[in-house]
Amino acid sequence: MTKKPWISLGGIGVFAVLLLAVAPLVLTDHWLNNLGKYCCWAIAAVGIGLAWGRGGMLVMGQGVFFALGAYAMAMHLTLETAGDRVPGFMVLYDPLAPLPMFWEPFRSAGFTLAAIVGLPVVVAGALGYALFKRRVKGAYFAILTQALAVALAVLISSTIRETGGDTGLSDFKYFFGFVLNDPANRLMVYLIAAALLIVCLLAVWQFYRSRFGELLVATRDAEERVRFLGYDPANVKLVAFVVSALMASIGGAMFVPIVGIITPAEIGAAASILMIAGVALGGRASLFGPALGAIAVGWGQSSLGSTWPDGWPYILGLLFIVVILFLPNGLSSLPARFAAARRKPDVPPTPVIAAAELEEVRS
Amino acid sequence: MSSTRKRMRALVALGAIGTTMTLVLAGCGARAGDDAAGAGSSAAASCVDTSGDTIKLGFLNSLTGGMAISEKTVSDVLHMAADEINADGGILDKKIEYVQEDGATDWPTFAEKTEKLLTQDCVAAIFGGWTSSSRKAVKPVVEKFNGLFFYPVQYEGLESSPNIYYTGATTNQQIIPAMDFLAAEGVKTLFLAGSDYVFPRTANAIIKLYAAKLGIKIVGEEYVPLDKDDWTSQVAKIAAAKPDFIFNTINGSSNVGFIKAYYDAGLTPAKTPIISVSIAEEEAPAMGHEVTGNYASWNYFQSLKTDTNPEFIKNWKAYPNSSGVTSDPMEAAYISLYLYKALVEAAGSFDVDAVNAAAKAKPITFDAPEGKVTLDGENHHISKPGHIGRINADNQFDIVWASDKFIEPDPYLEGYDWFPADIRKQLTDAAG
Repeated sequence: MTKKPWISLGGIGVFAVLLLAVAPLVLTDHWLNNLGKYCCWAIAAVGIGLAWGRGGMLVMGQGVFFALGAYAMAMHLTLETAGDRVPGFMVLYDPLAPLPMFWEPFRSAGFTLAAIVGLPVVVAGALGYALFKRRVKGAYFAILTQALAVALAVLISSTIRETGGDTGLSDFKYFFGFVLNDPANRLMVYLIAAALLIVCLLAVWQFYRSRFGELLVATRDAEERVRFLGYDPANVKLVAFVVSALMASIGGAMFVPIVGIITPAEIGAAASILMIAGVALGGRASLFGPALGAIAVGWGQSSLGSTWPDGWPYILGLLFIVVILFLPNGLSSLPARFAAARRKPDVPPTPVIAAAELEEVRS
Repeated sequence: MSSTRKRMRALVALGAIGTTMTLVLAGCGARAGDDAAGAGSSAAASCVDTSGDTIKLGFLNSLTGGMAISEKTVSDVLHMAADEINADGGILDKKIEYVQEDGATDWPTFAEKTEKLLTQDCVAAIFGGWTSSSRKAVKPVVEKFNGLFFYPVQYEGLESSPNIYYTGATTNQQIIPAMDFLAAEGVKTLFLAGSDYVFPRTANAIIKLYAAKLGIKIVGEEYVPLDKDDWTSQVAKIAAAKPDFIFNTINGSSNVGFIKAYYDAGLTPAKTPIISVSIAEEEAPAMGHEVTGNYASWNYFQSLKTDTNPEFIKNWKAYPNSSGVTSDPMEAAYISLYLYKALVEAAGSFDVDAVNAAAKAKPITFDAPEGKVTLDGENHHISKPGHIGRINADNQFDIVWASDKFIEPDPYLEGYDWFPADIRKQLTDAAG
């Protein structure tokens, strides 16, 4: 796909140095913690880039998988903080009832880590299999995933004793035995999140260069032709969907120790759409676009949300509209556009998305 | 492809470097069981600057999102109190310089902004919040950085943090007076309607325990999520149960849907009155329906006759952007800033530990619009008078019941024998 793969790999290297070495040296604790949070969204965004940008599946409900990872982690950290006791918020609602059954295995660190990886794979695998084999796509697929995110947020809100409800889970003291209040441990948690983002970027970089990457783009642009050539597009899409779900789950899991609280609002429809917004702004089909877009949106929310709380949603909305209208490949396509405009004004820049849109209309 | 193998080797190397770095770092971080770190002593030292002639304070409320409609008033009255204090010379001769942050009705944002206010802006104390969820998001952060948070809204109690001061009512100052009033009215059956989150759930758990003691029968209990307005089917159950009274712990705009369903179902204040703990002077006219004849339990009402209330009302009405009416949560927010001033002046310092020590050393009082309140230095709550008001045609409250004296705050209900000791122990254990 990419013409000069080593440039991309170099880009990842520069990005890794910035995140892992430069940021901890120059940023204050507060902004480093914020950057860690944006990294979590960026990890989910990289997955969205794979599923949507390369695979053409508009995944509007990544909050579901974000929630699986986040709540698995939050349940473990809650139990770690509570020790042998039933967590405090449960005592409030029903003082004498025991710990719910499904919480019990999350006492184990190993089970929790396995769940963070395994749950999204199983859920996305079953869901994707059912949908793609039935050739559900386009807007139907998008609405379905979105509805799932809404349903899960409502479910969590209404099972207040089991999940903390609208208030969410918070007040974690330990992270796998490490005291979370300790600045050194907080730096460690940040570095883990940043390193995971780099690993995800390397994974998709490898994906995009592989035959699978070619096949995924082919499926996005001309699914019927891929089928005609003897491949099953459903399998190709399934793999991309499962990988994107896994990344969302990892992002969610790291979100919990960094931010210190998880609530249904972070995984519902609005949160899922905000993840998409970052990807669209950055450039959904590019390697760095989704991650940089997610970090930019997170930063905008923190800084502009402080200085101009009423205005920030409008700015984001306006930016989103402008990008969709005039820069369908996102801000990361700007340099290529400029380069193309300089060389030959009549050559259209990277036509991949246009072809995808055409296919969407046809199908 | 040999280059693939090379790349794989590079990836493995990178992974190894990352893991090593993490492990090295893990070596210097504190682990569970290290007492010093567990107590939070490793938190960064305070960066509050007290050298100039101003002192920075943080105001944190939802200015956007669903709670903005309620929290805006709290935010405005804090600004008014800061202006008043500044006009009067400030705190320890330092003018208040406030940093306003937006919690955006999103609990993780409350946590993030608290951290920003404490570590970036270096404020001496933070004021604001409304929902219990927002307080629960702020609590671990102020505890981590040993900051101060002043919370101005009535809540479900069963909490006390060395880093939080509670200037709204705890349950024994609002819920229990309401139940005493119902018992005095001869109420035999009660229906509980609430929003589905921590405050109504906990309040209703306490109501059920006390009702059993008072001999009031709970004939039903219904919850609807905070952001949902449709109460039709739940109100149908209320109409079928025919209770003497409805205890309303619904919060925010969901009340509008509840009141609509209530009148649509043919229920009236004459036969099935509502007593609520969240409808005040601000909310009553916004219900979309006349609510005259229903009740509310608060500590402060605009109609209270105290020495300080007329001036408070006059100043608020004259304040730019003022809503024109005063209410309990905004009065409690107003108290919070003055209480902080009194604490700092008693301590002679803005230092958190010095302020907490001053709170314990001698009773701190303030002549509030609701009367002279006294701070309990141990549990960080204040004494309050209990009042029940009935809504009149002007959407003001006629006071129909008052506690015989100021009620001392008792967040863990230790003075109430009907509250099971084992639950209290579980709760204090979980909190500790």
